[in-house]
Amino acid sequence: MARAQSPRRILITTIAAWTVALIIFFPVLWMILTSFKTEASAVASPPELLGASWTFENYVEVWARSDYPRFFWNSVVIAVGSTLLGLAIAIPSAWAMAFVPGKRTKDLLMWMLSTKMMPAVAVMVPIYLLFLQLGLLDTRIGLVLVLMLMNLPIIIWMLYTYFKEIPGEILEAARMDGASLWNEIVYVLTPMAIPGIASTMLLNIILAWNEAFWTIVLTTTKAAPLSAFIASFSAPQGLFYAKLSAASAMAILPILILGWFSQKQLVRGLTFGAVK
Amino acid sequence: MSTQSTRLAARFMVAPSVLVLFVWMIVPLAMTAYFSFRLYRLLSPERTGWVGFNNYAWFLNSPDFWLALTNTLLLVGGVLIITVVLGILIALLIDQPVKGQGVLRILVIAPFFVMPPVAASIWENLLMHPQNGLFAALARGLGAQPILFLEQYPLPSVIGIVAWEWLPFATLIFVTALQSLSSEQLEASEMDGAGAVNRFRYIILPHMTRAVTVVILIQTIFLLGIFGEIFTTTQGGPGSASTTLPYLIFKQAIVAKDIGRAAAGGMIAVILANIVAFFLMRGIGRHLDA
Repeated sequence: MARAQSPRRILITTIAAWTVALIIFFPVLWMILTSFKTEASAVASPPELLGASWTFENYVEVWARSDYPRFFWNSVVIAVGSTLLGLAIAIPSAWAMAFVPGKRTKDLLMWMLSTKMMPAVAVMVPIYLLFLQLGLLDTRIGLVLVLMLMNLPIIIWMLYTYFKEIPGEILEAARMDGASLWNEIVYVLTPMAIPGIASTMLLNIILAWNEAFWTIVLTTTKAAPLSAFIASFSAPQGLFYAKLSAASAMAILPILILGWFSQKQLVRGLTFGAVK
Repeated sequence: MSTQSTRLAARFMVAPSVLVLFVWMIVPLAMTAYFSFRLYRLLSPERTGWVGFNNYAWFLNSPDFWLALTNTLLLVGGVLIITVVLGILIALLIDQPVKGQGVLRILVIAPFFVMPPVAASIWENLLMHPQNGLFAALARGLGAQPILFLEQYPLPSVIGIVAWEWLPFATLIFVTALQSLSSEQLEASEMDGAGAVNRFRYIILPHMTRAVTVVILIQTIFLLGIFGEIFTTTQGGPGSASTTLPYLIFKQAIVAKDIGRAAAGGMIAVILANIVAFFLMRGIGRHLDA
C-alpha cells in the first residue's frame, strides 16, 4: 500500500523501523560480534561492543577441533539427503493429486497434514527401540529417514500448491497430441515445475538443518549434526563464550543465507498457499 | 477428462507417500499404545506384565502432569499473543515506505532461521546469564541487581526466547497480507475522513483475519512440540517450573527410564493433540482452497 508521503514522515518511519529491526536482529549481531572477541573480552564487564582486538582465532580453533567438521558434514548430509529423498517420493504424489484429482484428494491431503500434528515425543520410545533393533541409532541414514518422514507432508503440500498453478490446458493439449503420461511428465510438466521444486527444496533443507528433537534423541556422536552438537555444548562456564559464538555462527550462517533467498517461498510453503 | 489408465497411474504415484506416512504414523503409535498398558522400566527389566490403566492413572494423578499441561498452554498461548500483536504492529511499520527496506526485511526475518539450540544458547549465555550476560551488565550499569531470568522466571524467559524466534514468521505473513490490501480502499476511507485508528480497525484488521488465522494454526502445530529451547536452557527446571508436556514425557522416558508411564503420557499427548488438531484442521480446511 505505497502512498505518497512527506519526506519528514518517511524519515520518522525509517528511524522507527530501523530501530525495531535492529532490536530484533540484535541477539544474532551480538553473537557474531562475540565470536570475534578474545575469551577475556567476551565476558568483560562492562561489556565491550567490539573487542579491543579482533580475532579469527575462535573460528580457527573450533574448526580445528577434530569433531566440528564432522558435525557440520553430518548436518549437510542429513538436511540435503532427507530433502532429496522426500522430493523423490513427494513429486509423483503431488503431481497425481494436482492433475488427476479424485473425490478423496482433499481428504488425503488433510490426512497427510494431520500426521504433522502427532507429537514427536509420543512416538519417541518406539522409534528409539526400532532404531536400536535395526541398528539405525546414531546413523546418518536413520536421521535422513526420520527427517524425511517428518517433513514429507509439508513437501507434498508445497509441491501440490505449486503444481496446481500449472494450467491444465497445457496438459490437455499435450494429450491431444498423443503424449504419453511419461512424456507429459518429462517434457511438459518438469520444466514448468522446476521453480516450485527448487523452492520446496530450499525450505525443507532449512527445516531439516534446524530440526532439534530427533537429532538430539537419536544421535550421540557419530551421526550428530550441528543442532545436537550445540544443544549438548554444556553451559560454558566463563571461558568459552567466544568459541561457543563462533561455533554457533558457523552453524547458522549457511541457513541464514539460504533463508534470506527464500523469504517469499517461506510464506507460501509454510502457509500451504493460504497467504499470497 | 482423465482416462482409466491415467487414474490408475495416479493411484500408483500417490501410493508410496501414503504408505510411508501410514507406517510412520501407525507402527510407533501402536507400540506406544501397547507399552502404555505394560509395566516396563529399563532399570528393572525383569518385572513385566499388564497393568491396565495404572500408567495413565499415575500420569493423570501426578501434580507434574497438570503443571506441565498448564505450562504447555501458557507457552503456546503466550507466544501466540506476543507474535500476533507485535507481528501486526511491526508489519504495519515496515510496510511503510522506508529507506533500505530490503536490508531491513533481512534483519527482521533472521531469527527465524536460527536453529533452536543456537537461539536458546545465545539468550541463555550471552544475554540472560546472571554474571556474564549483557542484561546483567546493563542492570549493573544502572545500579540494579541482575535479574535471574532462567532461575526465577524460567517459563516467561522461555516464552520470550520462543516468541523471538517466531516473531519474524508472523511479521512476514502479515507483511505479505498487507501488500494485497488495495490502496484505493484506504485512500477512499481517508478522504471520507477516517482516522488512522478507524482505518486500522475497519479496513486493515478485517483484511488480516485470514493471515491471523493461518499464523495461529501453523504456529500452534510447531509450538506444541517445542523441545530444543527447553532442553538447551532450563532442562525443564528449576524443579518442574518450565516443564512442558513433551518435556515431561521426555524426562519420564530418558531420565526415569520408565517406558510404560512415558508411553501413557505419550498417548495422553496424542489425544490432546487430536483435540487441538480437530479444530485446527477445520480452520485450515476453511481457509485453504485445496
